[in-house]
Amino acid sequence: MRGISVMILMTLSFALAQPITITYWQYEFRSKVEAIDELIRRFQEQNPGIRVVHQTFPYDAFQQKVATSIPAGQGPDVVNLYYGWTPTWVRAGYLVPLPEEWARRVEREFVPMVRAAIVEGQLFGVPTAVRSLALFYNQDLFRRNGIATPPRTWEEFLAVGSRLTLRQGNRFTQIGYGVAPDGQDHHLVREVLVRQFGGQPYSEDGRRVLYNSPAGLQAFSFYTDWVRRHAIGVPGFFPGNNGYRDGFIAGRIGMIIDGSFAIGTIRQGARFNLGVAELPRDPNGPRANFGSFWLHGLTPLATGPKREAALRFLEFITSEEAQRYWLEKVGELPASRRLIQDPALLRDPIYGPFIASLAYATATPFVDETAQRRVMVDAINRVLLQNVDPAQSLRLAAEEEQRILDRFWGR
Amino acid sequence: MQLSLRGREVLWASIFLAIPLAFFLYFRILPAFQALYLSLYDWHVDPSQRRFVGLEHYERLWEDPLMRRALSNTLLYSLLGVPLQIALGLVLALLLQRVPVARDFFRAVYFAPYVTPVVAVAWVWSWMLSPHFGLVNELLVFLGIPPQPFLQSPSQALPTVTWVVVWQNLGFQVVLFLAGLQSIPRQYYEAARIDGAEGWRLFRHITWPLLNPVLVFSVVIGTIGYLQLFTQVVNLNFTDQGGPLNSTLTLALYIYQTAFLRFDLGYAAAITVVLFVLILAITLFQLKFLTRRIEV
Repeated sequence: MRGISVMILMTLSFALAQPITITYWQYEFRSKVEAIDELIRRFQEQNPGIRVVHQTFPYDAFQQKVATSIPAGQGPDVVNLYYGWTPTWVRAGYLVPLPEEWARRVEREFVPMVRAAIVEGQLFGVPTAVRSLALFYNQDLFRRNGIATPPRTWEEFLAVGSRLTLRQGNRFTQIGYGVAPDGQDHHLVREVLVRQFGGQPYSEDGRRVLYNSPAGLQAFSFYTDWVRRHAIGVPGFFPGNNGYRDGFIAGRIGMIIDGSFAIGTIRQGARFNLGVAELPRDPNGPRANFGSFWLHGLTPLATGPKREAALRFLEFITSEEAQRYWLEKVGELPASRRLIQDPALLRDPIYGPFIASLAYATATPFVDETAQRRVMVDAINRVLLQNVDPAQSLRLAAEEEQRILDRFWGR
Repeated sequence: MQLSLRGREVLWASIFLAIPLAFFLYFRILPAFQALYLSLYDWHVDPSQRRFVGLEHYERLWEDPLMRRALSNTLLYSLLGVPLQIALGLVLALLLQRVPVARDFFRAVYFAPYVTPVVAVAWVWSWMLSPHFGLVNELLVFLGIPPQPFLQSPSQALPTVTWVVVWQNLGFQVVLFLAGLQSIPRQYYEAARIDGAEGWRLFRHITWPLLNPVLVFSVVIGTIGYLQLFTQVVNLNFTDQGGPLNSTLTLALYIYQTAFLRFDLGYAAAITVVLFVLILAITLFQLKFLTRRIEV
């Protein structure tokens, strides 16, 4: 007995004398970098035996860095990744599963969409924050055109949209809605419209594409008609990355559908009164929203004492304290079920609509986000740019995406 | 043992050459063979878990519509870009050679795009080509031509990207031709003039044949450049890279997406091997059929 306690004491003092260093990686985004720096400071205060090295890379280079560094044994112990990348990262061995009790913690404490971090029954990471979609609108432009409230139904949305659209010959000078198939609109079609029209985008287990259904086609054609029939917008109105957002900030676009992650950028740039509303819907139909998140996962480099330290760090940066700080500092919605029930947050004119949507938001069960995203963007573009019949385009997309799912699940 | 002066020079030269050679072998040649090896496996971080798949990835390439699209786009970029770049470069070089005043100024103007960062170039061009606000369409409308979608059109995007690349490479091409033109001895022209040759015939029988080395170099380097096209394509349509509808997708971009966005490094390695063989074959072909021995 005595011998054991002496041994424990010795190991402990050894552990204390030799601080364990773990490495955390994320992409570069100023407020996130500063937030993690602060969280590391607090964590190290509470855990003097652990040192956390924080490294960041430009967004474009991030995945490439991860792809090449971990096989070389030099990468992060804890890594931040988009949830849609999880399955491909898991398959290639870049992530290791978290202990059993973490999966129970996710069930108990986190909003339901976080289950998307479970791949084949194992949990591969936990987020600090989650995101949803909402309608951003330019209140000043609304008022100047005699529009009192944001649209609640799609019918109202189309009416407002055409009122705010201005043309000069063949060219638009202002548009009602910032059409962006490669922005958030591919999510809008897949997760929001298909469900609102009564369809299901995928089977329960995520292995079968179901959006090529009558409801799915209705949803898809409804969206493409915004450009083709109602002309309330046009893709690529503003060039550049996220041109739809730039055009909205510049005051040339009346409404956009964007994620809560865009709040900071839009608030900083917009020189008008910004309004945010829950996504329009059929008043009698179901609600739907697309949820997404960045999770912190453990890599195979976190072994032995580093694994313990990494799990402690993971627990800290996903704690309610960290989530509250994250909301304040970065402006992203907390992932905790309890925190999003805060009435003050629900009443917030900007955050409120996003928070309210979290209750009914689904995270698409991507297996290969890059490829699946392209499928839907192309499906929309075939209709908008090449005048392909929506039914045919959607069928092609469903076939193509099914092949991607089949390849992943090995069928 | 005493080495002769010549022997010592050779020894030193070899030592100095060996260092970059070793570097080149280790960082260039070895990875090329590693790619070949990787292409036979399914990728995994842990080498012991990489599954041997033989030629499966090459079979998959055969049936992959995106691969076919990337390949045909890449060849099309080269077929459009290289001749255009060389023709415009030659015309500009010949004109610049005749400019008597502010020659350096003009050269600097034409060279400037080459040293401008690609990202900045892509940004400016995507605004100039915008269907709704762009200068180019402003001009077209002024001339009574309907505005064009350019980068947003699946049929116009590839030629438009090619044009931006040509515009950017032009300065370098002009400099190459100017150097080539300057190295042609004046006496040949003088002798030809005495024999009564003028204008086109001077160009046809003296300038053109004597520019052959520059031309071959330009074609080979230019083609390799277009076969590896990546940065401009990515930056001209950042949120739908290779789009719209894969109309601007290149092999290099497809490799990048497959390897680093989809973590399918085995399959990406197989595409790399195809690109490597393609470049090698085209380059050897060009060297064989374009090089002319000139006897004067």
